[in-house]
Amino acid sequence: MTPRDRMLVAIFGTSASAYVALSMAMAVLPGIWLSQTPPGPGVVKLTQQQAMGRRVYIAEGCAYCHTQQVRPLSTDTIFGRAAAPGDFAYQTPELLGSERTGPDLSNIGTRQPSTVWQFMHLYEPRSVVKQSIMPAFPWLFRVVDKAPEGAAAVPVPKEYAPTQGVVVPTAKAEALVAYLEALKQPALPGAPSAPAAAPPPAAPPAAATPAGGFDAAAGATLFAANCAVCHGDQGAGVPGAFPSLVGDPVVNDADAATHIRTVLRGLSGKTIGGTKYDAAMPPFAEAINDQQIADIVDHERSSWGNKAPLITAKDVAGQRGQH
Amino acid sequence: MSNVNATGESAGPRPVPDAADEDSIVPIFKAYTVSAAAWLVFATCIGLIVALKFPYPDLLTAPAFSFGRLRAIHTNDAFYAWAAPALLGLALFTAVRSCGVRLYSPMLAWISLGLINVAAVCGTIALDLGYNAGDQEYREWPDWIRMILAAAFVLTAWNMLATVRGRRDTDLYVSNWYTISGVLWTIIIFSVVLIPWYQYGLGQVAVQGYFMHNAVGMSFTPLALGTLYYALPKLLNRPIYSYALGVLAFWTNLAFYPILGAHHFLFSPLPWWFQTLAIVASVAMMVPVLGGSANFLLTMSGQGDWLHRSPAMFILVGILCYLTGSAQGTIEALRSMQQIWHLTNFTVGHSHLTMYGFITFAIWGGVYALLPQATGRTAPDLALGIHFWFSTIGVVIYVLSLSIGGTEQGLDWLRGAPFIQSVVDQAPYWLWRAVGGGMMVAGHLVFAFNVAIMVGWPGRQAAADLGPAEVAA
Repeated sequence: MTPRDRMLVAIFGTSASAYVALSMAMAVLPGIWLSQTPPGPGVVKLTQQQAMGRRVYIAEGCAYCHTQQVRPLSTDTIFGRAAAPGDFAYQTPELLGSERTGPDLSNIGTRQPSTVWQFMHLYEPRSVVKQSIMPAFPWLFRVVDKAPEGAAAVPVPKEYAPTQGVVVPTAKAEALVAYLEALKQPALPGAPSAPAAAPPPAAPPAAATPAGGFDAAAGATLFAANCAVCHGDQGAGVPGAFPSLVGDPVVNDADAATHIRTVLRGLSGKTIGGTKYDAAMPPFAEAINDQQIADIVDHERSSWGNKAPLITAKDVAGQRGQH
Repeated sequence: MSNVNATGESAGPRPVPDAADEDSIVPIFKAYTVSAAAWLVFATCIGLIVALKFPYPDLLTAPAFSFGRLRAIHTNDAFYAWAAPALLGLALFTAVRSCGVRLYSPMLAWISLGLINVAAVCGTIALDLGYNAGDQEYREWPDWIRMILAAAFVLTAWNMLATVRGRRDTDLYVSNWYTISGVLWTIIIFSVVLIPWYQYGLGQVAVQGYFMHNAVGMSFTPLALGTLYYALPKLLNRPIYSYALGVLAFWTNLAFYPILGAHHFLFSPLPWWFQTLAIVASVAMMVPVLGGSANFLLTMSGQGDWLHRSPAMFILVGILCYLTGSAQGTIEALRSMQQIWHLTNFTVGHSHLTMYGFITFAIWGGVYALLPQATGRTAPDLALGIHFWFSTIGVVIYVLSLSIGGTEQGLDWLRGAPFIQSVVDQAPYWLWRAVGGGMMVAGHLVFAFNVAIMVGWPGRQAAADLGPAEVAA
C-alpha cells in the first residue's frame, strides 16, 4: 500500500468505524433494548379496523401536527397522564411526533368520545371549532342522496354542507375514527383515580373580577378548554348535533343537581326540545376537580342570558357521592 | 497530520486542467447543480403552499394538495433532491480540483445523479398518494426509495475515494476529509434506519431520535463545511486561517454529534440518562461549532472592503447561521428551555435557520464561487445581489416570526390557556412566515436564473466574464 493509500485508510477508516461504533451505541443497541419494552397493564393491540385507521392517520400526515406523547410537565396535564414506556409496545411505526400545532392525541378516545363530533370535525374542522386551522378531509366522506339503511348521515351544519345530498363516512373515515376512539390511556396501577389537586389554570388577570361569587375568568377558561369544542364558545352548540346551553332547562334549573351530575358523569342519547342527541358527552369527574367543575357550571349558569343560582365546589362534592 | 502546505493549491496557481478533465467534471458539476436548482424551486414552492395553509386552512382542499402530504414532500425534496445533489456536485468538483486529478468515473457520477432523481420523483409521487413510511421526519419515503438514494451515496463514495487516491501528495486537503466522511456517514445513517429488527415501539423512538438529527449534522453539515473549506480560500485567494482547527472541528464533531439525537425526545419515556447524555453532547457541540466558525470568520477577516460585492457574502451568512443555529440548538436542548420551546413552532424556525440559513447559503456560496471556475461564466452582479437580499431578508423574517410565535405558543401552554388560544395567537406569525417564505422562493427563482447563466444556457453569445487565465487562477 502506498503512503497515499495509507493516509486514506487512516482518515476514512477511523472516521467511518468510529461512526459505526457510535451509531451502534446510540441507535442500534438502545433500539434492541427498548424494542423489548413489554406492554403496560391494559395496553392492547389494535383491531384490524383500528390498525387500518392508523394507516390512514399516517398517510394523511396527522402526526405532523398532533403528538402522541404526554410529558410529565404542567403544560401536558390537560392531555392525560404522563406517557409510560409500556404505552408504546404495539406502536410501530411510532407516532410521538415533533410538533403540537394541534392537541396531543394520546388520550383523545377518552377526552372526546363522540363519534359524531369526530366525523364532523374530520369533514370540516371549522364546523365545530371555528378557530381551528386543521385541514378538512372531505375525501374521507361520500355525498349521497340518502343515507344507506342503518347508517347515519354526518350532521354537517348548513353553511358547510353540500348543496344537495347528505354526507356519509367512507370505510377509511370509519377506520380513522375507530383508531382515534381507541386512543385511551389505561390507568397506571397505583395512580389516584380522581385528580386530587389538578393545577388550577393560571391566575386570572386582575381585570376579570369575580362576578356573582365565582371566578368568572377561571370558568370561562375551563369552559373554552373542556366544553367549547361541542357546545361552542357562545354555548349555542351545533343544531342537530350538540345541544345548545342557551336557555337550556337543566342549565337554568334552580336545582343544580342534574346540571352538576351531567358534567360529572357525561350523557348520551338524550332528547332535548324534541331533538335526540346521539353524540356522547364524556364524564369529567376524573379529569378535573370539584372547584373546576363548579367554575364551569357557574360559567354556564351565568352566561349568554342564562340566569340561574350559582353553586360551589361543595355542591359538586355532594353530587360525587350520590348515585 | 497534514499541514498548511496541503492547501497550497487553493491559494496558488494551478495547472490548467487538460481537456479530458474539463470534459468529465465540468458537465457533471453543471448537471448536479442544474438538477438541484430545479428541485429547490419545486420543493420551496410546495413549502410556500404549506405555509399558506396555516393562515388559509381551506386553501386547495384536495388529497394531492393536503397539508399532511405536502409537508413531507417539501422537507424530503429540500433534503434529498436539492441539498444532497448540490453538495455532491460540489464535493466531486472539490475532490477533482483540490487533488489536481481527473474524476475516477464520470459514469458513476452520472448514475448517482440519475438514482437521486429517480428516488426524488418516486418519493414525491409516493408521498402525494399517501404512501408515507410513518410520518417520521426525513425518512418518510418508502424503504425501497430510500435504498435507491443510499445506492447513489455508495456509488459517490466509491467515486470520490478512487478519485482522491490518484492525488500527487500524501496529504489530503481537509475539504475531502469532510466531504468523503460525510458521504460515508450518510451511508451508515441510511443503513441503520433501513434495518427494521430493532425498531419496534419505543426502540424506534430511540432510532428516530438518532436519525432525524444525524441526517442533518453528520451528512449535510460535513458536506457543506467541506465545500466551504475549498470554496472560501478559492474565492478570497488566500489559505484557510488554520488547517489544524479544521481538523480539530472534524474529530470533535464526530465525537459529539452522534450522541445528541435523543434531545428531540426530552421528557419522553426514553431512559432519563439517555436524554441527559444527549443534552451533555449538545453542549459539547459548541467546541466544533466555535472552532469551525472561527476558522472561516478569521479567514474572511480583513477582506471587508470587497467582501460585500462577492459571493463570499453567501458564505458569511452561512457561517453566521451555522454559529447561531447551533448555539440555538444547544440552548433548546436544555430541559428548562425545552419546557417552553419543544413541540412549538420555534423548532421549525430553528430547522430553517440551520438547513436554510447555514446549509443552503453554504451551497450557494460554493456554487457561486466554483461553478464559474468550471464554466468560465459568472452570474450578473445585480442578479446575485437580488438573490442574496431576497433570501437573506426572507429567512430572517421566517426565523424571527416563528421564534417569537413559538415562544408565545409555549408560554400559552405554560399559563394553562385553552389549547385553541395557542393556535389563535399564532395567526400573525404564520402570516409573516408565509411572507418570509415567499421572499425566499422569489430568491430561488433568481438563483435558478443565475445557474442558467453560469452553465451557459442563454447561448454562446453571452460573453464569458472570466478569461481563461482567470479561470485557471
